[in-house]
Amino acid sequence: MGYTKLQSFALVILRITIGWHFLYEGGVKILNPNWTAKSYLLDSGGFLKGFFELIAGNQILLSISDSANAWGLALIGLSLMLGIFTRYSSIAGIVLLLLYYLSHPAFPGIEYLFPSDGSYFIINKTLVELFALLVVFAFPTSHIFGLQRLIKSNKTFLA
Amino acid sequence: MAHENQENKSGKLSRRDILAGLAALPLVGIVGYGLLRNKADAEKRNSSLLSDIKPEIQSGIPPLIEGKTLRIGIIGTGGRGGYLMKAMGFVNPDRIDEYTEKGKKDKYWEQYLEDFRAQDNLNIKITAICDVFDTNAEKGIAAGANVHRNGKGGKMDDAPKRYTTYNELIASPDVDAVVIATPDHWHVPIALEAARKGKHVYCEKPLSWSVAETYEIRKTVKETGIVFQLGHQGRQTESYNVAKSLIKQDVIGKISLIEVCTNRNDPNGAWVYDIDPEANEKTIDWKQFIGQAPWHDFSLERFFRWRCWWDYSTGLSGDLFTHEYDALNQILDLGIPNSAMASGGIYFFKDGRTVPDVLNMAMEYSDRDLTLLYSATLASEKNRGKVIMGHDAYLELSDTLIVSVDPQSTRYKEKLEQGLVEPFKPIFSYVPGQGAVDAVTSPTEKYFAGRGLLYTYRDGKAVDTTHLHLREWINCIRAGNGVQPSCDIDQAFEEAMTAHMGTISYKEGRRTYWDKEKEVIV
Repeated sequence: MGYTKLQSFALVILRITIGWHFLYEGGVKILNPNWTAKSYLLDSGGFLKGFFELIAGNQILLSISDSANAWGLALIGLSLMLGIFTRYSSIAGIVLLLLYYLSHPAFPGIEYLFPSDGSYFIINKTLVELFALLVVFAFPTSHIFGLQRLIKSNKTFLA
Repeated sequence: MAHENQENKSGKLSRRDILAGLAALPLVGIVGYGLLRNKADAEKRNSSLLSDIKPEIQSGIPPLIEGKTLRIGIIGTGGRGGYLMKAMGFVNPDRIDEYTEKGKKDKYWEQYLEDFRAQDNLNIKITAICDVFDTNAEKGIAAGANVHRNGKGGKMDDAPKRYTTYNELIASPDVDAVVIATPDHWHVPIALEAARKGKHVYCEKPLSWSVAETYEIRKTVKETGIVFQLGHQGRQTESYNVAKSLIKQDVIGKISLIEVCTNRNDPNGAWVYDIDPEANEKTIDWKQFIGQAPWHDFSLERFFRWRCWWDYSTGLSGDLFTHEYDALNQILDLGIPNSAMASGGIYFFKDGRTVPDVLNMAMEYSDRDLTLLYSATLASEKNRGKVIMGHDAYLELSDTLIVSVDPQSTRYKEKLEQGLVEPFKPIFSYVPGQGAVDAVTSPTEKYFAGRGLLYTYRDGKAVDTTHLHLREWINCIRAGNGVQPSCDIDQAFEEAMTAHMGTISYKEGRRTYWDKEKEVIV
């Protein structure tokens, strides 16, 4: 399956911009020693509200979740930008985004302390980014534009 | 894909391969630059603001002092008395069943019950209760016996003895200390009797109903040396302690105005409580309820909604302003104002009450060059917050704390000019449980700093401030070293006199003054 130039360009841009977003979000959290998702988790809504509040209420769970979140974001971002292990990182990114969505689902009737940056009904930007990552997963580009291209191997798992 | 693989199989990397392989590296570099910039900015803000300011944060729940089991008598086991018993670990088994039932549908109540069961055991025993209404007394007895925090049918211990008069309860050798949760007009007579008999006192706010009795109780508590705590649980609110330490370090500059308010808009908030169907002349000892109040024929309305009549209540000034006042007295050591001017009226609840439902008071602290403004309505819930306004910054206070800079500040002039701080924007925020006071950095923090969450935390653990307040009192009794709790009789005296100055001003339509030398309201 070959891509046209425009298709390659569009797919690579999508992969790199999502990676950029992940890397910066993760990096900011890692560099701020006081950062915690506690208040965000306490503001959760939807059917998993209790689960996220449980994490926020337990110091150990919270610090594990904070580190996993911050480092997860940064590493996923780096992988997407550099174009290596992107199949794994796009799946990991989808899982993270799904968790964010489930903690603050855009369901009618749920209100959050933290205001929304737009008007959403079920679909919000988190979900759109999630599906964009699905595209990145389904249409790999690292072998065209990314570190993967430098690795002389047929082992497609690296793609 | 096949085409790409073929290229790879050639075994050599072309220049194009290398370029395409590494092209994203500079972009990673740009993100890295963005991150370092973000960090440098945050550090610059933090260090320039926090370098010379050291906010004090109380950490942890004070440990319980060990000692023998304290035997406590509860005088007044109605709504507030029941709540105080809960804060000490005793809840009516019917109530536990109710929480369990509600908890099945609503997680809030499940957590509520869980938090209650996790609350520390204070090593006390409720040995005696007294209430003029039979139903309340029975509820109090059932709660007092529920040592193991069970529902109906669960294991209970010895039930406390019911006394029909407070005098008998206080005289009982089985009582070491009393909790007073009666209407306002009974606070001092009961506290006086207890102090004279050497029993320690936890008294609900406000301290007194009349000016004259305020001197007497202060004198008696001091002479007898009992441990006295007034029931302003706000003393245990973390953000107030943080505010105190920030103001001590002159973070907000010279304070000229403080604004506090009460905003309620429902019958319950306006003291129109339910009338118990079991209540009648046979189940209520009306004569004892009246006490020092002017005689009035039996009235269920007056019994259950006593806060609406001056005969038993201290109105908005004594009942609700005192919460605000005590918080400020704790933070700023305000003391009694030089003068007070109050006005208001009965504008919404025209139900026969004598106390106003709208009240505005201006209290002058001319020695401190500041005014304390209080404004209350029982018919609007628009929250106007608690604001301490200084020349350099203003401090907004609830469970959380926010300090924002004034554009004309002298102290922050340079920082404003250098763009290190922005006018009207928060520079410090404190959210309970966070464990640190931060210069505000991220948009999320800024937002949550302004809202806060409805929990009060100590070390990230949700705790009831009333529990902490009673715990402090019990610890002081056990320590037995003459140290009084945070809301002691001197603080209580200041609270009561300040509230009375407002009430007298309202009732007499004139400005009242405090004569510092003679300690009298003129």
